[in-house]
Amino acid sequence: MNAEIPIARPAVAHRDDAPAAPKMSIRHLDFHYGAFHALKDVSLDVGEKRVTAFIGPSGCGKSTLLRVLNRMYSLYPGQRASGEVLLNGSDILGPDVDLNLLRAKVGMVFQKPTPFPMSIRDNVAFGVSLYERLTAREMDERVEWALTKAALWNEVKDKLGQSGTALSGGQQQRLCIARAVAVQPEVVLFDEPTSALDPISTAKVEELIAELKSDYTIAIVTHNMQQAARVSDCTAYMYLGELIEFGETDELFLRPRRRETEDYITGRFG
Amino acid sequence: MTEHTIKQFDADLEAIRTGVLTMGGLVEAQLARAIGVLENDAAEGLVDRVGADERQINQMQIQIDQQCAQIIARRQPAAGDLRMVLTIVKITNDLERIGDEVKKVAYKASASPDDKLVRVRFYDVVRAAGLAQRMLRMALDAFARLDVAAAAEIVDSDDELDAAFGGILRQLISYMMEDPRTISASLEIVFIARSIERIGDHAKNIAEAVVQAVRGTDVRHATAAEIRAEVAGP
Repeated sequence: MNAEIPIARPAVAHRDDAPAAPKMSIRHLDFHYGAFHALKDVSLDVGEKRVTAFIGPSGCGKSTLLRVLNRMYSLYPGQRASGEVLLNGSDILGPDVDLNLLRAKVGMVFQKPTPFPMSIRDNVAFGVSLYERLTAREMDERVEWALTKAALWNEVKDKLGQSGTALSGGQQQRLCIARAVAVQPEVVLFDEPTSALDPISTAKVEELIAELKSDYTIAIVTHNMQQAARVSDCTAYMYLGELIEFGETDELFLRPRRRETEDYITGRFG
Repeated sequence: MTEHTIKQFDADLEAIRTGVLTMGGLVEAQLARAIGVLENDAAEGLVDRVGADERQINQMQIQIDQQCAQIIARRQPAAGDLRMVLTIVKITNDLERIGDEVKKVAYKASASPDDKLVRVRFYDVVRAAGLAQRMLRMALDAFARLDVAAAAEIVDSDDELDAAFGGILRQLISYMMEDPRTISASLEIVFIARSIERIGDHAKNIAEAVVQAVRGTDVRHATAAEIRAEVAGP
């Protein structure tokens, strides 16, 4: 099946906003959980300062793929990736890659909001202090900047000392986004960032993704196809570990090239 | 195509498709009645029937449009489903417009003076109406079978119908120049012929919409040759 899509690139030749240079290039990526072959020869480019969405039924490998992009999988024994994942042209799968630096460049926001049991300010500052030496004043500025980026500043500026866990679910998720952007990454990965949120918080996070796009490269995994259609520039449809179709979101949701994609996005998936 | 996981979605889509075919059937019947009026203005009650058809067609359009809006609101159709819903909104619009034109044809034909020369001129108009009728049938068949190949043929027929309209127009102009007393009766025929020509345009729109629904390509304003090339592709 993959023989037909050697390197799936979005067909955007006709568009004015031609594809950005790839920020991350995935080449012939295979992934195993022990004996289970979870990703099969996946190749695609994640465009710089674009939102790339990964959709597909449970178990299709989309979250696995996201976890490869910042080597989150390396935390677990028995999980291995082969192939190439290039970030700015250099392979991040190599053994000599500094994982902490990698994760500072490629941040991640998870399905459930995971604020640390510390103050709102410290939630944001914690990651920064691992990578940079800032004065207290610089740190305050960074915290304000990140919280503003995450569209949370106005809601929390008077209670920065309060615990992050006391915020609402939607606010907690935006706090996690602030924490991710505070270290000024190049890529932000979102793994089902709104599946635990109400519609209004979801809309706020989606709006935020649209704004973050001007500074960051974004990859998002979502079960909500409409969400992928709303927030992304490019969409990848995956099934059973294979990349079935990858293209411009406008095109993929109106005129998918593959029958499997059409069946999935129209709700004909048995 | 395989069924949706949500069976009600299939039922909703089937309902609007069936609605379009029912509406199309009524428009066809209305057009046949209007041609009856053209052929024989004494036909009893036929004109009133055409007017009643038109009102019913209007109501059908409103109902199908509502169903389409509900499907979009409730089911967020994508890809082929979305194209089908959008296409149906367009097709019902064209069918409603055909209903208007057919009504004009019947009303004007019944109001025309029973002048021998006017009757003679009707002969060409009836022929053109037959062509429009054939185009409408082909377009509705294309929709029913999701047959994209018919579109190019309908575009060809539309060229033929446009030429027929031009012919009628030229004849009537020379007729009017020859005898200015016939101007008012001739103009009535021009309007009738014009409506028939418009019916062909709407039938063409329907066929093009079918291509859009099935293939996802917009073939409006394309030539018959271009459409043939498009639908011949994979």
